[in-house]
Amino acid sequence: MVSGLTVSERRLALVVSGLLAVCGLAMAVVGRNDLLGTHGFVVLAFSLGIIALVASRYLDPEPSEERLSHYYDEPTKVGIVLAMVWAVVGMFFGVWVAALLAWPDLTFDAAWASFGRIRPVHTSGVIFGFGGNALIATSFHVLQRTTRARLPDQFSPWFVLIGYNLFCVLAASGYFMGLTQSKEYAEPEWYADLWLVIVWVVYFLIYIRTLQRRKEPHIYVANWYYMAFILVVAILHIVNNLAVPVSLGHAKSYSLFSGVQDAMTQWWYGHNAVAFFLTAGFLGMMYYYLPKRAGRPIFSYRLSIISFWGITFMYMWAGSHHLHYTALPQWVQTLGMTFSVVLLVPSWASAGNALATLNGAWHKVRDDATLRFMMVAAVFYGLSTFEGSFMAIRAVNSLSHYTDWTVGHVHAGALGWVAMITFGSLYALVPWMWKQERMYSPALVEVHFWLALTGTIIYVFAMWNSGIIQGLMWRTYNDSGTLAYSFIDSLVAMHPYYIARTVGGLLFFAGAVVASYNIWMTIRMSRRAEPAVQGAADMPAAVAIVPGE
Amino acid sequence: MAFDHQTLVAFSKSWGLFYLIALAAAVLVYALWPSNRKRFDQAKNSIFDKDDRPGE
Repeated sequence: MVSGLTVSERRLALVVSGLLAVCGLAMAVVGRNDLLGTHGFVVLAFSLGIIALVASRYLDPEPSEERLSHYYDEPTKVGIVLAMVWAVVGMFFGVWVAALLAWPDLTFDAAWASFGRIRPVHTSGVIFGFGGNALIATSFHVLQRTTRARLPDQFSPWFVLIGYNLFCVLAASGYFMGLTQSKEYAEPEWYADLWLVIVWVVYFLIYIRTLQRRKEPHIYVANWYYMAFILVVAILHIVNNLAVPVSLGHAKSYSLFSGVQDAMTQWWYGHNAVAFFLTAGFLGMMYYYLPKRAGRPIFSYRLSIISFWGITFMYMWAGSHHLHYTALPQWVQTLGMTFSVVLLVPSWASAGNALATLNGAWHKVRDDATLRFMMVAAVFYGLSTFEGSFMAIRAVNSLSHYTDWTVGHVHAGALGWVAMITFGSLYALVPWMWKQERMYSPALVEVHFWLALTGTIIYVFAMWNSGIIQGLMWRTYNDSGTLAYSFIDSLVAMHPYYIARTVGGLLFFAGAVVASYNIWMTIRMSRRAEPAVQGAADMPAAVAIVPGE
Repeated sequence: MAFDHQTLVAFSKSWGLFYLIALAAAVLVYALWPSNRKRFDQAKNSIFDKDDRPGE
């Protein structure tokens, strides 16, 4: 990766990682009596590693001018590998944290392994580690192909990719140590948040600068979705993380908002993170890789534009449905509920558009597990957005809220939609990136598909049953007007479902491991193929194997 | 100028309604405008053009 940089870009990489090392050292010194100091050492070690990497290749020959006639795909390749690493890590902790509910002793008396700490490691690991890296990797690929322009320089994509992963490392290691600002999906503390802002602005600038250089007059719709994802996540992240640290030598901070305002800001963030991180970005993937793999243009380009603006403007209002029956003003709750129901229109427009694209290519869906991943993703997108609109209705929410139904809904979206479209896109992308005819093993793609689908269905059905039983038990009164069941009664009733959920999660995790192996073997296949091709050109014609041939 | 809570609530409720309807109308007009059809058809097929090299 370093030898692709020009000498001045290598120098820039050394300067930036040197500055980062200084920041890490400063954090380690001023935060020596605090966990901030530990994170200082993490930052220091990380940046010294980058410096060593760049320095070891600093004297390599510069890349030739010829590079400018190719797309810049190195960051995409590394991003794919990182996404799969995070997938395995994040899903492993997911299985563990699910098992913890069925068998609470699995913490082994270690503080870092308690439910409250490894649960955010799972959520951040899969959302930000796996999802984020996959988004960065695919967005670079789609952006270049659809604008027919190369990325503006070689340094900034690496800065985004590596800097983003530093953020993920800080987040995960912080949770193990007990560092959290207690905002769901926004747990990292202030210094990690500040670092992410810098990384994210550079990411947005890459997008803008490449679009400026585009050779294609029209900006393809996938890029609109990716751009909305980058821009809105920046806004959400900044506003929700406005906080004042206790001191500069302290990891702890306090939110700028208080009480119900803080809750509203958090769920405005939380639900729009679903909208723009977990939906818009992945719709960007879907609108490029699905037509590409199916060999058919998107069914209706107009519908894709209309649903884009529908999602963009309506999601912003939906977050307050997380706060039904709270101190939030009634009209704000109703507003959130109404917009959540109306959101079904653009969501189903996208899901329907994807499925209609496949109309006439169903034989390909039958034969090609990669395309089937994308098809199932579109189906789950339709199902879970319907469920979401339904659950946002106040009366339904009174049954579903705080129960496992919510967990099941989230995973119908996360496993069925986000992970499936990602795996489908990666299976399409990996052979293109490493110049192979196909994946190392199409049979393993098939195995992965069935593992993922079975796992998702077991998981979602377990959580539906569990959640509805839970909700009903909590609201059942006896003749004398008191609760019929104690909380522990409902907990005992959950036990079989928690075991089923662990099994479902385990199958899904196993699928991710199979995918990682398959992708890794595809990469090795390309490495083996390269020297053989060069060698063939260099050597005289081979001796005939069969005499007289 | 001081606004009381009621005024702000009334404003945000009605403003939200009007600007969203206006935006929806604008998007529908843009997406369905007949002369845009050619551009959109080109765009949706553009991803199948040769895409192994950046444009000249």
